[in-house]
Amino acid sequence: MYEGVVQDLIDELGRLPGIGPKSAQRIAFHLLAADPADVERLAEVLKVVKAKVRFCERCFNVAEGPECRICADPRRDARLLCVVEEPKDVMAMEKAREFKGRYHVLGGAIDPMEGIGPNDLHVMELLRRLTDENIDEVLIATNPNIRGEATAAYLIRQLRDVGVTVSRLASGLPVGGDLEYADEVTLGRAIEGRKVLQHV
Amino acid sequence: MATYRDVAIVLRTHKLGETDRIITMLARGRGKVRAVAKGVRRTKSRFGSRLEPGMLVDLQCYEGRSLDTVTQAELIAPYGDFIARDYAAYTASAAMLETADRLAEEGQAVIQQFNLLAGGLAALAGQAHSPGLILDSYLLRAVAIAGWAPSFESCAGCGAPGPHRAFNLASGGAVCSSCRTPGSGAPRPETFTLLSALLTADWPVADASAPEVRREATGLVAAYVQWHLERGVRSLRLVDRSETV
Ligand SMILES: [Zn+2]
Ligand SMILES: [Zn+2]
Repeated sequence: MYEGVVQDLIDELGRLPGIGPKSAQRIAFHLLAADPADVERLAEVLKVVKAKVRFCERCFNVAEGPECRICADPRRDARLLCVVEEPKDVMAMEKAREFKGRYHVLGGAIDPMEGIGPNDLHVMELLRRLTDENIDEVLIATNPNIRGEATAAYLIRQLRDVGVTVSRLASGLPVGGDLEYADEVTLGRAIEGRKVLQHV
Repeated sequence: MATYRDVAIVLRTHKLGETDRIITMLARGRGKVRAVAKGVRRTKSRFGSRLEPGMLVDLQCYEGRSLDTVTQAELIAPYGDFIARDYAAYTASAAMLETADRLAEEGQAVIQQFNLLAGGLAALAGQAHSPGLILDSYLLRAVAIAGWAPSFESCAGCGAPGPHRAFNLASGGAVCSSCRTPGSGAPRPETFTLLSALLTADWPVADASAPEVRREATGLVAAYVQWHLERGVRSLRLVDRSETV
């Protein structure tokens, strides 16, 4: 244990995802030794991000205003909608530069053992968008693992009578992993070669 | 470093750090195992989808102080993969895996529990019966193996031969008119027949049951499981029965 505020810092860092006690200690001592201006910048950006960033009212991506940059961009194809689990999956898809439509972020995947069912995700909002907006095709891009597949199976069932084309990322994507770790080329191919499951 | 090899079913996974996962498994020989799979979340991981819930693998690990580490996992049967394509089967499998996880804490009759779970997952993957029936049959037999066998014919209180009309959770199933206590329910006679069929895996009888009978049986099975498992089974609430009943 360290003196008061140093230990507080280690404790706070240790509460972040993926940071164990040893990493927390390493980061804390790195910050103590760092240039005050660098630490000041980090502290400022942490405060600003919490104050300014929220979720897009339309698609639940991260946004600085009521709508995210992608929803507000008139050049995006509003007839094409890509459904992903998390905002970081929007980033992964955007890096592949293949998809020209808009997104809908579910906020996770269906995971009954963790108590997460369809009603805990933004599924109702998705169905509402399909009635309110002029959407022709829904591309389901949940993670290529069992939770993601099962979430896709649920959505496909819900979309059966909605009257939109439903497609799924091509199966060239390696299974078991997270979308965010797919390289741009593979992901680009998976978007390009997406498989149409339901046609209108 | 001590290493071991076993046949195991993946029960659940948790993220660890940037790209690893902790894999909780039911191993045929060792019972409940928790091991780290390094780099498994990368799309180019050598483990691929083999360490996902519902997969049956030939497993190699080395022992650690608190957690073991997976060194190899060869696929025996990709049950989880097939199950994920059918939402009702997926939610049923989640309730089975969670129940197996909870019962494995006791550490008794591991081989029987392992075989029952493997059989249940195979039935879900092969769409042998309605997912709801497979789940309810699994639940009754799993708690029976754990030592809480219900009785649906002879009286659970005194053993008097049935059929009886009343059902009491605390007594363990059907009760005769003299063992019947306040708070006992009176399900349909067909529901007792279905519950017996599910407990003994009499599939022709179970498959022929009517939707309202299945609904009543499901409610009693869930109550029976929750009665015996402290804290309950969380996935049961989310089991999708919309297309099966
Ligand atoms: Zn948006
Ligand atoms: Zn009796």
